[in-house]
Amino acid sequence: MSQVRLLVGTKKGAFVLTADGKRERWDIQGPHFAGWEIYHAKGSPADPDRIYASQTSGWFGQVIQRSNDGGATWAPVGNEFRYDGVPGTHQFYDGTQHPWEFKRVWHLEPALSDPETVYAGVEDAALFRTEDGGASWHELPGLRGAKGHLWQPGAGGMGLHTILLDRSHPRRIFVAISAAGAFRSDDAGETFRPINQGLKSLYELPDPDAEVGHCVHRIAMHPSRPEVLFMQKHWDVLRSDDAGDSWREVSGNLPSDFGFPIAVHAHEPDTIYVVPILSDSLHYPPEGKLRVYRSKSGGDEWTALTSGLPQRDCYVNVLRGAMSVDSLDDCGIYFGTTGGQVYASTNSGDTWEPIVRDLPAVLSVEAQTLR
Amino acid sequence: MIRVALPAHLRTLARVAGEVEIAVAAPLTQRALLDALEAQYPMLRGTIRDHATRKRRPFLRFFACQEDLSHELADAPLPESVASGKEPFLVVGAMAGG
Repeated sequence: MSQVRLLVGTKKGAFVLTADGKRERWDIQGPHFAGWEIYHAKGSPADPDRIYASQTSGWFGQVIQRSNDGGATWAPVGNEFRYDGVPGTHQFYDGTQHPWEFKRVWHLEPALSDPETVYAGVEDAALFRTEDGGASWHELPGLRGAKGHLWQPGAGGMGLHTILLDRSHPRRIFVAISAAGAFRSDDAGETFRPINQGLKSLYELPDPDAEVGHCVHRIAMHPSRPEVLFMQKHWDVLRSDDAGDSWREVSGNLPSDFGFPIAVHAHEPDTIYVVPILSDSLHYPPEGKLRVYRSKSGGDEWTALTSGLPQRDCYVNVLRGAMSVDSLDDCGIYFGTTGGQVYASTNSGDTWEPIVRDLPAVLSVEAQTLR
Repeated sequence: MIRVALPAHLRTLARVAGEVEIAVAAPLTQRALLDALEAQYPMLRGTIRDHATRKRRPFLRFFACQEDLSHELADAPLPESVASGKEPFLVVGAMAGG
């Protein structure tokens, strides 16, 4: 019997939610690492019971936890993230150059075929990799060579929050960074180049078409069609049909094209999901209605999905890492809110139900389909 | 033995309850104490001192004998009553305010 496991990172710990393939009843375990911020937890595609979690604290810094039994037990592994060589500098708020300083791990992306290999996206933005199950981490410094001296943190920090691996191009890595943009490597992380052509940041950048500096919030792809990428930018939802070489806006009829997450249906590569947020300074849904928007045409035409979601007095946010899909025949869509609710749809978004309502603010949701 | 009191989150991380006891060769200094603590509990590396600079993390404090030793030099001797085990060395999470 199939099973779904949700790895939920919150401001005050991690939770593991499991259900059978019907996804009607959920078992909720946690909090693991109570009191710590869990920016992200993700399982290995090669060994789903191998899970890595980023545990962080303003007091105690960064810890990386690893589970070998599906999240039942955990053990800390290596937590030293040292920039390669002389760290160098990036643009700072006051216009000066500021040394790169490690703050936390935003995203952990286990390799597609090796549970010992994991990529870590960190703040200040850089990409690290372990090949020994997290015992040691080494930077892939070519990323910061992609005009890193021009990157500048936004108010939310300069975090590398998205890592996409491409099964059909094993040496290809996509990453996205807040207030820096999207980048692609075609040589297994040795070098990267910006892939931001077509992004327009009219009010955020002095040059709206700048090569770097765009505040990309999330990118997503369907594994069967890795040349097609979808992006939720600070403002604008975009699409690329050439692996990021160029982008076009597909915001269409969205009530707001500001938002954080974007996800792709497990079986329909042109069906995508976003959660519109009112604006960059008003991080809650338009009209106080929590609506997921679905496009079945890869963008431009969007339909509001509201059944089961609060349609009045709702002022939560849905953060960039807090939406995920399972791969059961009836594709499950999941998202968590800053109000601590985790919502699930077992019918591609047509209807929604809360799995749990009162967790700490949700930072990330990752769905694992276990067969 | 040197007694060290860790904040709750670090006790959980190190899987200890109450104070921990560590052996430290004389002379007892902050650096020697923290080196020994991290050797005995490797999961604490990076959580009290920065990995690279070895400096105290900004929102932690070191107290002993009702004194704030946070700004003492790492190689300055710690009080005799800590060295003798009479008093614990406290690692404290700074107040968050609010």
